[in-house]
Amino acid sequence: MSSRTNAGSPGGGASKGGKMTLSRKQNLSGWAFLAPAALLIVLTSFYPMFRAFILSFQRGKGNALQWGGLYNYTRMFKDAIFLQSVKNCFFYLIIQVPIMLVLALVLASLLNNKDLRLKGLFRTAIFLPCATSLVSYATIFRSLFAVDGLVNVLLVKFGILETGYNFLNHAFSAKIVIILALIWRWTGYNMVFYLSGLQNIEYSVYEAAKIDGASPWQSFWKITVPLLKPTILLTAIMSTNGTLQLFDESVNLTGGGPANATITMSHYIYNTSFKYVPNFGYAAAMSFLILILVAILAFVQMKVGDKRD
Amino acid sequence: MTKGKKAVVYIVLTIVSLISVFPLYWMVSAATNKSLDVMRGRLIPGGELMNNVRSLFSQYDVGTAMANSFKYAVILTVLSLVICSLAGYGFEIYHDRGKDAVMSVILLAMMVPFAATMIPLYQAFSKIGLLNCTAGFILPTLSTPFLIMMFRQSARSFPHDIIEAARMDGLNEIQIFFRMFIPTMKSTYAAAMTITFMNAWNNYLWPKVIMTNKTSITMPMLVANLKEGYVTDYGVLMLAVLLCTIPTAIVFFVLQKSFAEGITGAVK
Repeated sequence: MSSRTNAGSPGGGASKGGKMTLSRKQNLSGWAFLAPAALLIVLTSFYPMFRAFILSFQRGKGNALQWGGLYNYTRMFKDAIFLQSVKNCFFYLIIQVPIMLVLALVLASLLNNKDLRLKGLFRTAIFLPCATSLVSYATIFRSLFAVDGLVNVLLVKFGILETGYNFLNHAFSAKIVIILALIWRWTGYNMVFYLSGLQNIEYSVYEAAKIDGASPWQSFWKITVPLLKPTILLTAIMSTNGTLQLFDESVNLTGGGPANATITMSHYIYNTSFKYVPNFGYAAAMSFLILILVAILAFVQMKVGDKRD
Repeated sequence: MTKGKKAVVYIVLTIVSLISVFPLYWMVSAATNKSLDVMRGRLIPGGELMNNVRSLFSQYDVGTAMANSFKYAVILTVLSLVICSLAGYGFEIYHDRGKDAVMSVILLAMMVPFAATMIPLYQAFSKIGLLNCTAGFILPTLSTPFLIMMFRQSARSFPHDIIEAARMDGLNEIQIFFRMFIPTMKSTYAAAMTITFMNAWNNYLWPKVIMTNKTSITMPMLVANLKEGYVTDYGVLMLAVLLCTIPTAIVFFVLQKSFAEGITGAVK
């Protein structure tokens, strides 16, 4: 998303000189190359978004729709389940994303040490959870935290609990299990981005700081964090976007339960459109709220990211 | 670093690594044990693998789900890589004001949540008969802003001299792309392939919406259906989870190194 700085790059040279036909031909090839991708994005992203916007002003069940004005939008704010799903997504966002990103950053800077042995082994192990599909890891965590699951077996064995605790059947513990699962699955992924970013920082910078008497803690905050800012911003936006759109975990880990205590917005939208009697208009209105939230948060993050210069 | 500090670093990394690996180890171990032993907390691989395999394959059509997932994911990955890299190359190599403007609009599509496009897409696809087929699966994610951006970023490091020399040799623009660009950008393609294949394989929401026939379901859908049975057979369940994980794990291990390199190119 960075702006163009290489003024003397290939395409720029094509427009000068007397070879108009040749440069024109090259310019057209450029358009031809990007046309399929651009067209697909218009057809599968922008146009449906526009359709969803129209749909969000219609009410009714199934295909019998009529104009409903702002009905869907006002209904949303009185819908206890929807409000719960918004609250849940923000709970995951506020608790999980910062913990995960800080953890990923700390692990990346620990691994970015020249003298460290077994670096490749540690990196692979921490990145490994990314190899599992979302449904798979949700199922694994569901099984581990079930009443008869391993976590309870161990807790009982060590005498911490007398009988198994139904983690997934209590609102708070179910949310915590989802957060633990998310941290497990995505920390390594973000760590790889930070490791890549760290490779662009000269190692001598750290050595110079060390000679000047900086502690590892100081060089982390004074060198690593500022220089990695673009990467941190990228991962923060990606994680925010992902968290607001959580679906697989809510469906497969907790089923949204108990009593919708862990349901996410996408899960509720899915239920409204495909599980119960379809109410596409209302679902479209809710999906538009996600769009607005994603846009606002991305904007805020970019602003904050710019300010700290 | 002092010795004590170094020890702390090793201990922290070891603990984090163990936590990362343990659930996957448990999955493998559970797949080879009886459900009852899994529930008793047995953590060593057992000899029940073949029984679990028999039980899983006799109750569920795993072969079909596997074949479907492979078909959808491979076709999507190949087509998506060609379309998006061609676009990224076009945006960067021939860039001018108009193309840069189009690129910024495309980047906006990154913010469009899938939930917002899912319903109109479903309505349109069911109208034109794209449910329960590969085309229906791949179309919404065939062209992604992320991949286009990644290839555009990597095209920035593609030497202009190569293009000029190729033009001198009489290659046309599309030939330059296929014969010069693709072979030099192997690590970007590897990274893009890893990301696209994994996303395609793992996709759950969209197939759940459009794959209404039993014969069109994917592996993640099969796993999700499996756990909805009233008695959970942990051995069989974890075997299905394992089978669903093996393909992405293979891609992960084969392409891990180039994935990291490709990301480095994209983050720069």
